[in-house]
Amino acid sequence: MDVGPRSFGEGTFALRLSKFAPRHAVNAGERKTTSAMIASIAPDGIATRNAPFGHTLARLAHERLGIVGLTADLAKYTDLHVFAQEHPDRFYQMGMAEQVLMSAAAGLAREGFTPFATTYAVFASRRAYDFICMAIAEENLDVKIVCALPGLTTGYGPSHQATEDIAIFRGMPNLTIIDPCDALDIEQATEAIADYKGPVYMRLLRGKVPVVLDEYDYTFQIGKARLLRDGADVLFISSGLMTMRVLEAAKALEADRIDCAVLHVPTIKPLDTDAILAAARRAGRMVVVAENHTMIGGLGEGVAGLLMREGVTPVFRQIALPDEFLDAGALPTLHDRYGISTSEIVRRVRKWVK
Amino acid sequence: MPRAGSNVGLAERAYRIRRHAVRMGQVQGQGYVGQALGVADVLAVAYFHALRYRPTDTRWEGRDRFLLSIGHYAIALYAALIEAGVLPEEELETYGTDDSRMPMSGMAAYTPGMEITGGSLGHGLGIAVGMCLGLKRKRSGSFVYNLMSDGELGEGSTWEAAMSAAHHRLDNLIAIVDFNNQQADGPSTAMLSSEPVTDKFEAFGWHAQRVDGNDIEAVRMAFDLARGLKEPRPRVIVCDTRMAKGVPFLESRDIAHFIRVEPHEWTLALEALERGRSH
Repeated sequence: MDVGPRSFGEGTFALRLSKFAPRHAVNAGERKTTSAMIASIAPDGIATRNAPFGHTLARLAHERLGIVGLTADLAKYTDLHVFAQEHPDRFYQMGMAEQVLMSAAAGLAREGFTPFATTYAVFASRRAYDFICMAIAEENLDVKIVCALPGLTTGYGPSHQATEDIAIFRGMPNLTIIDPCDALDIEQATEAIADYKGPVYMRLLRGKVPVVLDEYDYTFQIGKARLLRDGADVLFISSGLMTMRVLEAAKALEADRIDCAVLHVPTIKPLDTDAILAAARRAGRMVVVAENHTMIGGLGEGVAGLLMREGVTPVFRQIALPDEFLDAGALPTLHDRYGISTSEIVRRVRKWVK
Repeated sequence: MPRAGSNVGLAERAYRIRRHAVRMGQVQGQGYVGQALGVADVLAVAYFHALRYRPTDTRWEGRDRFLLSIGHYAIALYAALIEAGVLPEEELETYGTDDSRMPMSGMAAYTPGMEITGGSLGHGLGIAVGMCLGLKRKRSGSFVYNLMSDGELGEGSTWEAAMSAAHHRLDNLIAIVDFNNQQADGPSTAMLSSEPVTDKFEAFGWHAQRVDGNDIEAVRMAFDLARGLKEPRPRVIVCDTRMAKGVPFLESRDIAHFIRVEPHEWTLALEALERGRSH
């Protein structure tokens, strides 16, 4: 059936169809397919570790007896099943019920436990917001919310793509927000948030998670940004998987004699304002904030607001997802389409620096 | 631990809880007095018959937890906490004023004896589920009571929590529904009917009772049954209450979520309570 835009009149429906109809024909020969939901984001050939969050939490729980785990029917998809297998009596399957997942986690924290509650980022941020806000954050309770599929890490479309989770959560007082980069970051962040008293939202990469930060002298600390490499022309400020991407982009841009620094900011809230300001004040560098998130309300706007308030005004660019409901499809296709793949970052920075 | 030796004692407690609430309303010139008067008998049974607690140590680990899911009923719980000796009576003068420990909507950080921050309705039962799980982990014999309203039965989160409580066989959970059939826009049953309430809870796996919530002896028996039950199920007591109970001229007024009381009527209300007092 021909569903091209000319079959329809003017209007949203026709415009919507026109967005993807032509690609059916073009890509028919070399079609990439949407990954299964449980697939990890690691490309072939890269060093990975399996389920770093689940294994770390299971290990920590041997010594920290207050740790309990809860999930809303997504243990396997958030790597919490590793913890559940090792500590079955400390694991609560709450079923497909995110509101009671968060409320019950609050109740367990009230009774002195340290609950780790897992689901997908879309469900925590969109469906359970009021419960996280009033039952957990307003009370400053010791609940750790750990969520898979942050930003654009699934090809299943807007129902599962948490492109605005940080925008939603940044306005919530008391809540610490963590966006780790790789397996090493996740392992260290999991331990750090287990020892930290207070509510935390952590974005999770699951399954086989790349290891990249072992090349750098890196340790995770809540609230601390780390300069992973220095450079004179561009300062990348990034979080989450985008730190992997900008590290790759920085290497590629060496060929163009574009010298890039990378400031990794795994704690989105509270921001490490000292480190960001110090890095951004260095004259002659373009600041490029890279985030796996809509350009609205995330790290980019957080950094921009900080710089404006402090009177620091470098040339400022943002690599982020557009303010749109994104397409379904294969992740590499989508990362290219929306500008967060390494090659797209390289292409844009070349253009901006020229 | 204060306990009444007889039902006459409970009636007197209920009278005093009502009087404290009306006096708070008088100080503030407003307040959810209708709800407080309606639920006073239930609170009298809770605080002077059923609950284990220490008035001077509200964080005592062995206490029964009493959650106020309905934050706007704070005036009623403050009245009960005053009567229980948790809050000093003279502090009722501060109700709803700046920097008071007794804000209009109940919040845990403000008030000793206020276990949770309610007010965003449909939260208490889910928090109770978590606390019950936690108490079981600690092998505690404490109960968690969650006082909620009929209006909260409209929230989907209430039913998530209800299903969860039964699934986890939480026999240490006792939910109390103050069924005064009144919410912000009108009668609860006309807004989003939850009837038949006890059938719904039973279908969700709960032990359910429904009593006249202004009949102290009936409420006392329901609490005893709920506490003594051996079945591994959560329990609910649906209490049909009458808004403004105990002050006839307010009872007969056009009942609303927020009952308007004229400035001169507070004294009349206190006099009406005194006339209805059991001796």
